[in-house]
Amino acid sequence: MTAALSIADLRKSFGGLPATDGVSMEIAAGERRLIIGPNGAGKTTLFNLISGDLRADSGSVRLFGEEVGHLRPDQRAQRGLARTYQIITLFPRNTIAENVILAMLGLTPSRWQPLLPLARRRDLRERAREVLARVGLEAVADRPLAAASYGEKRRAEIAMALAQDPRLLLLDEPLAGLSMEERKSVQALLEAIPRDVTIVMIEHDTDAALAFAERITVLHYGTVIVEGTRAEVVAHPRTREVYLGA
Amino acid sequence: MISPRVLARLAAEAIALAAVPLVAGNDYYVNLGSQVLIAAIFAMSLNILVGYGGMTSLGHAAYLGVSAYATAWLAQRMGMGPLAAGACALAITTLLAAFYGVLALRASGLGFLMITLALGQILWGLAYRWVAVTGGDNGLSGLARPAPFGWDLGSATAFYYFSLAVFGIAFAAIGLFVGSPFGASLKGARDQPRRMRALGYNVWLIRWISFVVSGFWGGVAGLLYVYYNNFISPHALSLTQSAEALLMVIAGGPATLLGPLVGAALVIVMKNVVSAYVERWTLLLGAVFVAIVIFLPDGLVPGAQRLWARWASRRGKGGR
Amino acid sequence: MGFWITQSLNSLALGGLLFTLSAGFSLIFGLMRIANLSHGAYFMLGAYIGLTLLRTGMNFWLAMLLAGAAMAIFGALIERFVLRRLAGRTLSQVLATLGIAFMIADACLWIWSGDPMPLPGPASLEGAVPVLGARFPLYRLAVIAVAAVIYAGLLLVVERTRIGAMIRAGVDDLDMARAVGIPVKTLFTAVFALGAGLAGVGGVIAGPILSVYPGLDADMLPLALVVVILGGVGSLTGAAIGSVVIGFIYTFGQALLPDLAYVILFLPMVLVLVARPRGLFGRVTT
Repeated sequence: MTAALSIADLRKSFGGLPATDGVSMEIAAGERRLIIGPNGAGKTTLFNLISGDLRADSGSVRLFGEEVGHLRPDQRAQRGLARTYQIITLFPRNTIAENVILAMLGLTPSRWQPLLPLARRRDLRERAREVLARVGLEAVADRPLAAASYGEKRRAEIAMALAQDPRLLLLDEPLAGLSMEERKSVQALLEAIPRDVTIVMIEHDTDAALAFAERITVLHYGTVIVEGTRAEVVAHPRTREVYLGA
Repeated sequence: MISPRVLARLAAEAIALAAVPLVAGNDYYVNLGSQVLIAAIFAMSLNILVGYGGMTSLGHAAYLGVSAYATAWLAQRMGMGPLAAGACALAITTLLAAFYGVLALRASGLGFLMITLALGQILWGLAYRWVAVTGGDNGLSGLARPAPFGWDLGSATAFYYFSLAVFGIAFAAIGLFVGSPFGASLKGARDQPRRMRALGYNVWLIRWISFVVSGFWGGVAGLLYVYYNNFISPHALSLTQSAEALLMVIAGGPATLLGPLVGAALVIVMKNVVSAYVERWTLLLGAVFVAIVIFLPDGLVPGAQRLWARWASRRGKGGR
Repeated sequence: MGFWITQSLNSLALGGLLFTLSAGFSLIFGLMRIANLSHGAYFMLGAYIGLTLLRTGMNFWLAMLLAGAAMAIFGALIERFVLRRLAGRTLSQVLATLGIAFMIADACLWIWSGDPMPLPGPASLEGAVPVLGARFPLYRLAVIAVAAVIYAGLLLVVERTRIGAMIRAGVDDLDMARAVGIPVKTLFTAVFALGAGLAGVGGVIAGPILSVYPGLDADMLPLALVVVILGGVGSLTGAAIGSVVIGFIYTFGQALLPDLAYVILFLPMVLVLVARPRGLFGRVTT
């Protein structure tokens, strides 16, 4: 079966400093993969290379067998890639529902339509409400995003990603900065995502993240130092080395 | 769709604008009204870029100027009728915007500002120096006003209603544009371009199309400009003209539909009416502009809306 | 042969003028990220102030220094009371400078009326001298010399003094500069004042060559932009090189292809911006 994401010898340097130093990875369809590593290990850079926010210096990125390394981020999104960001960058002037509608439109040809009012599209509004119900935000759908709480914004961001029916979902520290309760609800949300969505998540090695992951990749100085099932990685001496300082 | 309340407000405003010649009394004020409408269309076209697109341009006069010059030249040198010349000029202007857009969109923010300024200056320089074609400092004159469907636009009142009709069409078209899915994607690209790309939007293409649409409507303003004045000179392409348009947009309220009209009225009225009482009206205009930038950065229209909302809620009517 | 020598010297003189105009603009843009759209107005106002001082019979160089000082104070006040209020909002700051440009232009029109007026140059520099077989105005040679002196002086300040080090640090990485304790707010005011002062000095020096007239500000501002774009933002040597290059392009363009002179001037700017929009600005601007 074709891997959902297949990375081969990916490299990216900034001014001579290698941020990603020959990373290779295979993620199977439907898998739940966790990427961990100390700060500065290059986790977000790796995500940026996968999503297209950054162009790799060399190496290949294949999405469901298709080479996408030369494609722009929007082209990769059109092929079923969705991601969230470490810092929330949504649309504060719009309501939460409008944010989701914007996400839904992104993959449809009607996003180019320049005359008929968007407000008329009841179908989009209804679908947005459905997605928001899945993440528990139906009650605040019409609240401006700027007025939402941090946890609500995180859930809205995930809703926007899910609204696009992605095949591969990249989550960059989705649990960061959340309260205990919010963390639990986001966790439940993530666990409820069906298997036709492959999930790759960057997180700190908290119990919640570890419980969610099936396979874990440990990054350090831009390279993969350990990879395997949760049990294997947790027991591996190099993992402990990296976290306790070599 | 548009709520009945908004529709009623728009209707009231349309009626008010239509009543101007009847109320005005003499041709001077009617002509002033035409000037305001022409400037408003120009400002609305710039607002697509500045307010809704988040791209501040200091070279927008290029589209008004090229459209006006092309119309005058085609009418005079090629003997085309004013309307036919105008249609061709509009096509030329739109092509120019398409070309300039590719160049300008290589940068964003201040880089974009500077490229648009430079591109505008190039055209101004050409208008000034290429005397054989543009008449240089003397410009081109003697263009007749068109007679669409036999309607004689010679009188001030007739031309005012013509301008009002064009303004209405522009207002409706731009209003629909801004409220459409494409408009939503333009605003999204303004607010979070990286997020928009991640959501599947081709941000460059959205911006380029908007640039071309903006240039088109700027060209429409240019047509009215040259029909109104029967004359075009390099001043219409100057940096000062582009700066004034930017002033109108910022003062009135970028990212609002009525802001450009308010801004245009402010500038034109100050230029023509206030100048009779206050000799240093430009100084005043500059001061007003700086004050708006500091204290009312969203512009006059949203500022007024906020004051209205506060006033209305205080009177127990319930805010908006 | 005489033609080439004369025009080359004219180019250098124009380059010298452009340098005094652009050096300040470049520093302001490089440090504060503000495209100071009132810069041309400072040049013009400096020229007008110089004119008034010269009419009292004052020595030319003294008038030049006083006009520069007046513009520096004016610039400091504008920075402190208008631009600082808009800290962090670059676009608003740029728009505010636009409004101020309008105000200065109109105020000049009011005070000095609309007639173009040449500034009288220093009597000691009147007349022409033989240079490599051609006769060339002495004053313009002096302009080249003065511009070179200003360049050397600025370079000294920026490369050898503490305040220069602070400026360089700020241009390089503003957040880092703040973090190491550089008093950024005061630095901004000082640099803006310096820029305005230089523009004012430039206006006086240019006076005998360009005259002073309403619209001088709108004529000079785009030239400053072109120089800074070509020479690189925040770089004094870049501004110097850019000024000389533009001086040559403009002078020879005017002489050989008058119809296209303005196009030739702005085309390089467009080409540079189009080819390297990010390479010109040290920090990535959004």
